[in-house]
Amino acid sequence: MIELLHVKKSFDDGASFAVADTSLSIARGELLALIGESGSGKTTTLKMINRLEDPSDGKILVAGRDVLDQNPQELRRNIGYVFQGVGLFPHHSVARNVAAVPELLGWSRIDIEARCREVCDLVGLPFDDYAQRIPSELSGGQQQRVGVARALAARPDVLLMDEPFGALDPITRAGLQEEFRRIQQELGLTVVMVTHDMTEAMLMADRVAVMLGGELLQVGTASELLNRPAHPYVTQLMEMPRRRAERLDALMREEG
Amino acid sequence: MNPVLTEQLLLLPDYLQGHLALTFAALGAGIALSVPLGVIAARSPRIRHPLLAVVSMIQTVPGLAILALVVALLGGQIGFVPAFIALTLYSMLPIMRNTVSGLEGVPSDVVEAARGIGLSPRQRLWKVELPLALPVVVAGIRTAAVWTVGMATLSTLVGASSLGNYIFIGIQTRNLTAVTVGSLAAAGLAIVLDALIGSLQWIAEKRAVGVAMRDLKRSTAFAAALSVLFSLALVLTLRPEPKPDFVVGGKPFTEQYILASLLTEQLEAQGLRVEQNIGMGSDIIFEAIGAGTVDLYVEYSGTIWGSYMRREGNPGRDEINRVTQRFVSEQGLNPLGLAGFQNRYALAMSRERAAQLGVSSVQDLEPLAAMLQAGGDLEFFGRSEWQRLQRLYGLDFAQELTFDAALMYTAVEAGQVDVISAYSTDGRVAAYDLLLLDDPREALLSYDALFLASAAASEDERVAAAIAPLLGAISDEAMRAANKMVDVDGRPVAEAVAYLRASLN
Repeated sequence: MIELLHVKKSFDDGASFAVADTSLSIARGELLALIGESGSGKTTTLKMINRLEDPSDGKILVAGRDVLDQNPQELRRNIGYVFQGVGLFPHHSVARNVAAVPELLGWSRIDIEARCREVCDLVGLPFDDYAQRIPSELSGGQQQRVGVARALAARPDVLLMDEPFGALDPITRAGLQEEFRRIQQELGLTVVMVTHDMTEAMLMADRVAVMLGGELLQVGTASELLNRPAHPYVTQLMEMPRRRAERLDALMREEG
Repeated sequence: MNPVLTEQLLLLPDYLQGHLALTFAALGAGIALSVPLGVIAARSPRIRHPLLAVVSMIQTVPGLAILALVVALLGGQIGFVPAFIALTLYSMLPIMRNTVSGLEGVPSDVVEAARGIGLSPRQRLWKVELPLALPVVVAGIRTAAVWTVGMATLSTLVGASSLGNYIFIGIQTRNLTAVTVGSLAAAGLAIVLDALIGSLQWIAEKRAVGVAMRDLKRSTAFAAALSVLFSLALVLTLRPEPKPDFVVGGKPFTEQYILASLLTEQLEAQGLRVEQNIGMGSDIIFEAIGAGTVDLYVEYSGTIWGSYMRREGNPGRDEINRVTQRFVSEQGLNPLGLAGFQNRYALAMSRERAAQLGVSSVQDLEPLAAMLQAGGDLEFFGRSEWQRLQRLYGLDFAQELTFDAALMYTAVEAGQVDVISAYSTDGRVAAYDLLLLDDPREALLSYDALFLASAAASEDERVAAAIAPLLGAISDEAMRAANKMVDVDGRPVAEAVAYLRASLN
């Protein structure tokens, strides 16, 4: 569904590379987590997929079409986008925020309203209760639900997420992670999600791609990364969830 | 009611109309220019700094200087247009600066989201950035509105009618009632505009933080009602007036106000519709009559000789009258004849001080000048007459101080200066018991009052008929007494006109 072919990105005309020669393929219906520290190039990689950044070199295909051949605005309207800042329009109601992309695409009023009702219900915000509220009246978790609803409103096949749950408290985050995974599988969405939280990546993603200093170190399922790390950094990354699991395991034994 | 106050209040509709028209036109143009420029500046730091620097610089130039510069740039055009341009320039800084900071204050995650979901740059601006920046932009417009109302009072000086007419004419004629009426009216206008735009700003703020419109209904209705009332008042004051047949002009001092009123009454007695445009400086009014925007006013031969013809020397009263009348005729204007009196410069001292020093003529000052302080009006020390006076009499005063004319008289009375450049028909000469010093070497020019008409006015027989009874009919004493009534006794101009009419020769 998404192909990155020898993609490079430099912000200083080639003196250094934020993303160095990266190739990656994401299948239809797959959720891929891009993990790394800040400065690893994960967000830049994500942003090149909907042309918030343009690659310096290489090719990116979405559904078989080169993104550089497409108008950036039209491309973005067909790809859902969710990020940590949420960025709801504060001067618009929940309904108008969710309706933003279908409005841009020129849907009819009736279609827009029906679809808003559908996606609000889908993300757990009953339309009749929430449609006329404004963002400042909502909790952080509810705001991000609206963010997800907005991203899904125009029925995209592809969704890009940049640390979508990063600003939420742990309990809200866990609930939303699980719920989002359910929605993603139900709709068969292809998702690329940037995160720096390995636990989140392991819980949600089909495959995890690890980046460091602009290099893609390894791509694989959580068990591949855990059992056959290709790089010391990957081993180090897996150390924390591994120890947490061992400690949890020990605690459960004590009780039993 | 107090007749002085009644006289002033009758002028209010005209002045308010001029003031409102200027303020709204300038503010509208200011918004139309500054918001787009602010948007461009916010987008490009490379443009922002030079643009804001230029606009800030305009702001630091005193308002009066901007008006004068615009008049000069327009080749001497006076009235609404130069005042409008100057006010527009003046209103730009707060609007542009607030547009820039309003746009910069839009939360970056909202802008990123707008990009990320596929809004084009234009859609981002109209749907997201401008609505969110609006409260700050409106706050800038509010500041600009208050400034513009204040600065519009200055436009009187370039011949655009405004509430400033009250203030400038009031200061010159020592009419505190007029100054008070004008100041209160301008302040009241500023307060109303401030409140009105303030309520718009409040609504914009609420909308920007997303208060649903249902909660805003009452305040929106309130603001709408206020706006409707205000527009209604505006429309009523701006109702088109019948176009006058002629415009009578006047420079900004008492004698000119009295003469302009006298001319107006004379023309109206002939059945003509007359508008007064008073308070223009010498150069501006002479340009205006040449351009036909003023039709009739009283000029002085010495001013034509010295200021417009830039002639040096003093060939004597008759020769000056002959040469200056030929000059104005060559300019396409019509000299209709002399009024009979002269309002010339004369050195004056308090009678007491003059007796003490034994002075009765300028000649007597020569040995004493080094110990004496001289006071002059705003232009006297810059005139060639002053240089000639110094040269012919060998005068070298200890100090030369420049005053507003009204303050110059109080300064000589209080003994702060010893000698001043008085005007021979000034009522204050009599009121303060000043001695006008003789000028045996004829250093000072003669200033015969001359009725000057535009080409259009001089072709109308009714104008000639209106002026005829005034020709040679006004004596120095009568003019001085009329000036004294207004300047010293605080009587309304209309009374001075009646007095002058009764004492025509």
